[in-house]
Amino acid sequence: MHGWLLLLPAAVLLVTFTHYPTVATLYHSFFSTSKPGRPTAWIGLDNYRNMVEDPVFWQVLANNLWYALATIPLSIALAILMAVWVNGKIPGRGLLRLSFFTPTVLPMIAVANIWLFFYTPGYGLLEQVTGLFGLPSHNWLGSRNTALGCLVVVTVWKEAGFFMIFYLAALQSISPHLTEAASLMGAGRWYFFRRVTFPLLMPTTLFVLVNAVINSFRLVDHIVVMTKGGPDNTTALLLYYIYDVGFKFWDSGYAAALTLVLLVILAAFAMGQFLFLDRRVHYQ
Amino acid sequence: MSVTCIARVTTAVLLVFLAGGALPAAAQAPVELTFYYPVAVGGPVTKIIDGLAADFQKENPGIKVKPIYSGTYQETIVKVLTALKSGEPPQMSVLLSTDMFSLIDEDAIIPFDEAATSAEDKAWMKSFFPAFMLNSQTGGKTWGIPFQRSTIVLYWNKEAFKEAGLDPNRPPASWAEQAEYARKLTRRDASGNVTQWGLKVPSSGFPYWLFQGFTTQNDVLLMNPAGTETYYDKPAVIEALQYWVDLSQKHKVMPTGIIEWGTTPKDFFERQTAMMWTTTGNLTNVKNNAKFDFGVAMLPAGKRRGSPTGGGNFHIFKKSTPAQQVASLKFIKWISSPARAAQWGIDTGYVAVRPDAWETPVMKQYVAGFPAAAVARDQLQYAVAELSTHDNQRVTKALNDGLQAALTAAKTPEQAMKDAQREAERILRPYRR
Repeated sequence: MHGWLLLLPAAVLLVTFTHYPTVATLYHSFFSTSKPGRPTAWIGLDNYRNMVEDPVFWQVLANNLWYALATIPLSIALAILMAVWVNGKIPGRGLLRLSFFTPTVLPMIAVANIWLFFYTPGYGLLEQVTGLFGLPSHNWLGSRNTALGCLVVVTVWKEAGFFMIFYLAALQSISPHLTEAASLMGAGRWYFFRRVTFPLLMPTTLFVLVNAVINSFRLVDHIVVMTKGGPDNTTALLLYYIYDVGFKFWDSGYAAALTLVLLVILAAFAMGQFLFLDRRVHYQ
Repeated sequence: MSVTCIARVTTAVLLVFLAGGALPAAAQAPVELTFYYPVAVGGPVTKIIDGLAADFQKENPGIKVKPIYSGTYQETIVKVLTALKSGEPPQMSVLLSTDMFSLIDEDAIIPFDEAATSAEDKAWMKSFFPAFMLNSQTGGKTWGIPFQRSTIVLYWNKEAFKEAGLDPNRPPASWAEQAEYARKLTRRDASGNVTQWGLKVPSSGFPYWLFQGFTTQNDVLLMNPAGTETYYDKPAVIEALQYWVDLSQKHKVMPTGIIEWGTTPKDFFERQTAMMWTTTGNLTNVKNNAKFDFGVAMLPAGKRRGSPTGGGNFHIFKKSTPAQQVASLKFIKWISSPARAAQWGIDTGYVAVRPDAWETPVMKQYVAGFPAAAVARDQLQYAVAELSTHDNQRVTKALNDGLQAALTAAKTPEQAMKDAQREAERILRPYRR
């Protein structure tokens, strides 16, 4: 009884803001959106049938998978690299750590506006650099084949510094005896990183991976500022599309169905990570 | 202190508060109006609106106007409709004129004909430019009153014209001239890279609006006034898109791919482009930032001249008391009087919404000093309604996607417009009964 009472505040919050909305979303996804003269009605799986036939849905799903596949490994690799670097004894270490972390502090909308200028054809920062080498001008955000890549770069830049902090903390907790022992045994730096440091970082990597997956489905602020999903949906991600359907088209039934798909995807990833990867992670 | 004691004290305190709050209200009972206005908090426009609300209250002590600054147009309609669904909508709001059908379908607004019944009121409803009323009326009723409205105009760099050997005071007047001038204005360096484009017509975000310039000039409409049909795949529409695509792919006077709306004025200031199409709402921006002599002209004519209108209308919400509706009407009439419409246009760059506003001394003086301000007004006689249908944003998105597909060369103009029409057809079918 006492235990339950202690759990109550957290349980109330969880139920109100997590479990109830999830169940309500599932429930609403089986109903049609009310239209003039036609109140909302039970339509079973029709919203899901529409989804299967909706080419935009498949496109945003594919976009999101590519986006996740690109941003997650890149930002994690970069984070480890930066963490290892600023963990060493180098001059100006504090400043370096600060500058790597700065992107995390900046609000995404402001960041997106700055990057919008970087990518501007003609006089943007990127064009000024490529112009020095005499390369032809390119419409980075306005072309189908580069627009999503440009957003990936922004996300990696934004995320890597944040993940670096976790790796830095983990690196500092690794005992210096290990380094000494390894150097006595004559292990090379790469060998040491591969066989000692990286395995010891695995718990952090799992945590960062979970966050990176969630973020790759969650971060859409920069799309609103930079491309609005264009050209022709090539940069629209799942959550951005849900916003469109829910708050521009006001099709709440279909939006609920799409939200549920997003939930299922994230839940599947999280389960896979915790059940499968957890077993292979070595905790001290 | 025991629990009952605490409860007693709390009740007493609550009662005092309730009495204090309720009594003066009962004594005076001013009509309170909540007014959602689409602008981010801060900035010069909020100051103007605050000033107007305060002035109105001074003249009408019985009415209290509470402006709420609600972000972009898109954020404002989201806030308005969510407030409506939770049962507490505002009494008035400025929203995109194209949201008219959506607001009617949500049963959110009342037609002005219901509130404005006197002869004077009826005359007032007829006092606006007819072009602006196209997006404000349907089914014989008036659902919106024009407030901050705009059209598309052509800005040109007179210095670039001189350098290219063109008459700096003569903008292109036809499609052929536009392409020809743009060709002369496009400059390339030794290795063939473009250093100055001839023309930029933005295509990010809401390309349909700019596209309506081309279609109107090609003498074709994109939808019926009832908002239940679209004509995206008519041959004249495809032809208009072909002309837009040709500017970059055949004539090579405009960059390929999507041209960002937000940076186009900056491109113009940086001499990246010698001509641009953008809203009259950018007039003040261009005036302050262009470091060269520039001109403003009506869009060039194809078969005829033409541009869509754009911008926001006033709406009165249904879920308010009769007293509030009367007060709202009073405020909207007050704020749209000729003198205030003129001042609003001068302060913001929007087109003053009624002909008599242009006859006021302030406006006459402004136009005499800055003739470019009158171009948008003169273009109104050729203007058509902005694309607006039932389920507006979805039907519009079908067109936007098609346009971007054609402009990025993923589809031919014909294919793109046929696909867009099929999608629009599917969405609009239920509204035709």
